[in-house]
Order: sequence, then structure tokens, then C-alpha cells
Amino acid sequence: MLRFIGRRAALSLVTLVILILVIFLLTRVFPSEPARQLAGPFAPQERVDELNETLGLNDPLPVQFGNLLADVLTLSFGESFSQPGVEVLDLVRPALWNSAKLVMFALVLTVPLSILGGVVAARRKDTLVDRAIVNFGLASASIPEFVSAVIFQYVIGVRLGWLPATTLIPDDASIFTELRYLLLPALSIVLVYFGYIARITRAGTITALESDYTRTAYMKGLNTSSVVRRHVLKNSLQPTVAVTGTQIGYLFGGLVGLELVFNYPGLGNLILRAATAPDFPLLQAAVITVAIIFMLSTLAADLLIAWMNPRARLNVGAG
Amino acid sequence: MTAIDDPGSEATGEERAAETPIPDEVAELDAAVATAAAERKQIRAERRRLLLRTPGFVLGVVIAGFWVICAIVPGLLAPYGANEAVRVDGSVIARQGPSADAWFGTDTIGNDVFSRVIFGARSVLITAPTAAALATIAGTMLGLVMGYYRGWADEILGRIIEALLSIPVILLGIMTLVVFGNSRIVIILTVATLFTPVVTRTVRSAVQAEAQLDYVTSAKLRGESGPFIMLREILPNVTGVIVVEFTVRVGYAIFTIATLAFLGLAADDFTTPDWGNDISNTYNLIQSNNQWWPSIFPALAIASLVIAVNLIADSLDKVRSS
Repeated sequence: MLRFIGRRAALSLVTLVILILVIFLLTRVFPSEPARQLAGPFAPQERVDELNETLGLNDPLPVQFGNLLADVLTLSFGESFSQPGVEVLDLVRPALWNSAKLVMFALVLTVPLSILGGVVAARRKDTLVDRAIVNFGLASASIPEFVSAVIFQYVIGVRLGWLPATTLIPDDASIFTELRYLLLPALSIVLVYFGYIARITRAGTITALESDYTRTAYMKGLNTSSVVRRHVLKNSLQPTVAVTGTQIGYLFGGLVGLELVFNYPGLGNLILRAATAPDFPLLQAAVITVAIIFMLSTLAADLLIAWMNPRARLNVGAG
Repeated sequence: MTAIDDPGSEATGEERAAETPIPDEVAELDAAVATAAAERKQIRAERRRLLLRTPGFVLGVVIAGFWVICAIVPGLLAPYGANEAVRVDGSVIARQGPSADAWFGTDTIGNDVFSRVIFGARSVLITAPTAAALATIAGTMLGLVMGYYRGWADEILGRIIEALLSIPVILLGIMTLVVFGNSRIVIILTVATLFTPVVTRTVRSAVQAEAQLDYVTSAKLRGESGPFIMLREILPNVTGVIVVEFTVRVGYAIFTIATLAFLGLAADDFTTPDWGNDISNTYNLIQSNNQWWPSIFPALAIASLVIAVNLIADSLDKVRSS
């Protein structure tokens, strides 16, 4: 198991370095004159030269890339450009915390619901219930999250007034008030991911239900619920765990539209602001943060799967 | 996996057989391939019939077909122009909710929301399928080479693809548009580039599975060149996978392009009707003025189109794997 963790972590690191290279290309190499862009079109040339010097933009590109990697290792991304004097990390940290709250809340709602949906659909394969769950999932997962956010915001938040339509949470709010504010954005996430996770769970469960060990379990006299609980789920949930691990990374940074609709100060909103400013140090730090979270969550998912299924420990790096 | 479409290999096999004396095992393999070919034609006809009897497929085609008609001849269905103010008794009615004069209401400057939704289909139906097609072509070529030759190039490209897939498409999209500008061409190329890794991964694994089958071994023994085997032997057998992947990508492209437009990153001159841009420009009115119609209707249009495309993709996939 230790060797598995080591190999798996090494692969994650390689992926992360490649990704930092891509981010480096997009923020340092492709923009013509990033310093000019940062200083603004009417800034004096001296200011641009000064920026080039302080940012290290005059160094050869490989040196710059090495510096960026060192920055990531030491977590020193420097100062923000849109808000001079503010450390980039001090902007990323609260956004990361906000995203974490929303993502965790959404997952707590989505995962049990979709697993239940997927297992029910698999148990009643090809019945009306199955078809209803599958088709609802397909439709709801097709709707971009900002679209469902806009619709929920209007119908539930504005028209019916059941839940707050924005996420401008009062400072002294209790945890329950806070969750109430997060419920609408979380519901939009549930809508997108229910279909996705339920579908994977359904497929996994159908395979597990048709397998030999399930038949053996039935034949040794177990009733249906213990067969499902003890034998089927442990196998059928492996794809579900893998997909959820992947999706956590997307949820931290990919909900730009949803965060914009609800004015939520998460990582997606931060990245959008950093990109349009443009604030390259902030953009780098925020996107690399998303990438690191993706690495960690997929790593955690793979370890969980390896724990559930010893065979999975053998083929690391094969897929 | 066993049911494969391979119109190419049967004919070429016979041609080659006439030209040169060939070892017995090759002849045997070719004979097996030839008998399988007859079955395939039947299977394909069967699948077409099955597809037309899938309710999801028919529904998807009807909805998507409706939007395609809107994109080609919007004037047929739209009562007003995309930038034509609705007038009642000579005066412009702006900010009005849905009524008999304007079914989906009017926006802040009096444009008919219904007509704008109809006209708006064109923009997304040009950009999304183009981007998906470019990604499919690039991904197919890369996937063929990676899956057939394997080796170190496959290893390195595979790592790069993993890395690109480990960050939300929308984030890379935002960064690219900020760097390269926000014209329609840039958006198409950006989405195409961002989708290429996914397509490559799908095609690569399909090709890798095909490359181990008898007909490929047979072609290798005949001394066919690598490009010939990839394009004439393997490619026809993975078309099913590629068609499904393309359809899925069209859905995601609509999704992604609409999101980028919603984020205010697509070029927007306020006159060209575009669902994403229109929502972006009007969704603030929901909360401030309780005007939901200029944003909710284009939102529903996006949702219906993506659902339709995914229904088609889903049915194609089911029929292919049945």
C-alpha cells in the first residue's frame, strides 16, 4: 500500500508540473508585454520597465519557469496587481475557504442522494422508476449550472421568497443561517451532479448485481439488503468514488458562472476577476490552487478505491 | 466490440490476395474478416431501425431540428427582427412582461425577447458544432497515432492530456480568451483546443483495443504501412465511438460557449442576438427589477438545446454498444 501511495503521488506531481507549465505559458509567455498590460496603456515606459524588473520578466523563460516552481513550493506568490500591497495568498485563502464551504455542503447533499438514485435505478433496471431517474439525470446534468442558478434564483429566491436570492451572508450569521444562504447555489450544483453521479453508480451497481459473488451471496442465504450492503456497494461504488474525486476539483474552480449569479466570493469568482483585471500573480496562484485541490482529491479517491479493492493497487499509472 | 463496421478491409484484402501469394494464416484471417463483413451491413440497418424507435433520439432530433430551422431561417418564426422594437399603437413598449404583443416580453430597449431567442440560435449553432468538429478531427488524429504506435510519444502526450484534464475547462477558457482576445474565431479555436484532450483520450483507448484484433494483425502481416492501417483499417471501426464523442462534445461546446458569453468574455456588440450574451446583459434585472423574462427564456433555450443534443448522443451510444 505504501508503494502504491508513493507511485501515485509521484504521478500527481508530474501532472502538476505540466499544468504549472501550461499556466506559465498562458500568463507569462503568450501575453505580449504582460507588464504593459498590468501597468495600463497610458503608463510611462519607466513604470513598465520597473514592472519587468520586479516581476523578473527580463529573465530568460526557463529561469522564469524555475522561479514560478520555486514560488509554488514556498507558497510565495507575491503581491496582487489589482490590489497593490495585498499579498496574493491573503486573497486566495478566504476564497478557498468559501469554495470549500459551498462544495462540501453541495457534496453532502448530492452524493447520498445520487447514490440512492443510482442504486434504486439499478435494482429496478428497465422499469419506469429506472427510466425516470436516468432521464431526469440526463436532462438536469445537461443544463449549465449558471442557467439553473438563474432559474432557481428567480423562482425560489425572488418569486417564492423561500430562500435568500444572494449569498451576501451577514457577518454575525449562525451556521444555520449561513447554510440557508448557501442552499440555493448548492441546489444548482445538486441538479448538475445528481445525474452524473447517479448514472455512474447505476452502471457500477448493475455490473456488481450481475456478478458471481453477488449470486454466491444470495445462494448462501443472505437477504437482498445485506447482499447490497455487504457485497454490492463496496464494488459498485468504486466508479462513484473516482468520479466524485474528479468532480471535487472541478467544483472548486469551475463554478464561475454560478458564483457570479449568486455573487459568491469563491475561487471561481476570484479567478474571473483576476483574469479580467488582469492580475497575473493572483491568477497564477488561484489556478494553481485549483490544480492542487484536483490532485489531492483524485489522489484521495484513488487511495479510497485501493482500500476498497486491493486489485486496484496493482495498475497505477496504467490508465 | 465484436460488431464492427469495416467496409475498407474486406475489399483491400481480396485485392491483395490476387496480387501476391500469401501465407495460409493471413488467408484464414482475411476469410474470417470477409464473412464478418456481410453481417455488419445487416447490423447497421438494424441499428438505424433501433435508433428511430428510441423515443429519446426522436425527441432530441425534433428539438435540435427546431433550433436548426431557427438558425437557418429565423424570419420564418420570429414575428419581429432581432433588433426591432415592439410597437403598440405607434409607441415602443419596453420592459413589458409576456403578453399577446410580445410572447416572451420585451427587453430594456423594447426588443421582442421571443424574436431574439429565435434569432439567437444561429450564433451558438455556428460556433459550437464547428469547435466540436475541430476538436474531434484533432483528437481523432492524435488518438489514432497514440493508440496505434504507443511508445514514448504516447507516454508524454498522455501525461500532458492528464494535466490539461485536471483543471476545469472553463478556467483554461477564461485564461485563453483574456490572452488572445474574445472574437468568435478565438472562441471556436479555444473551445476546440480545450476539447481535444478529451476526444484524444476516448479515441486512443478505442484504437488501442482495436489494434489488438485479428484484422489489424492480418493487415500488418500483409505488410501494410502504419498510416494505411490506421486510416483504412482501424478508423472505420472506431467511427461509432467518434460519432458519439462528437455529439457529446457539441453539447459541451454549447454549454461552454454559453458560459463564457455569460461571464462577459465573448465579444458582444449588444445587437447580435446570442443566448449567452443576452442572459449576461439582463440577469441583473431579475433581482433589481423583477424582470425575469429577458434572461429566463434564453436560459431555457440553452437548456433545451443541450438536453436535445445529449439525448441524441445518449441514444447513439446505447445503440452502438447494444
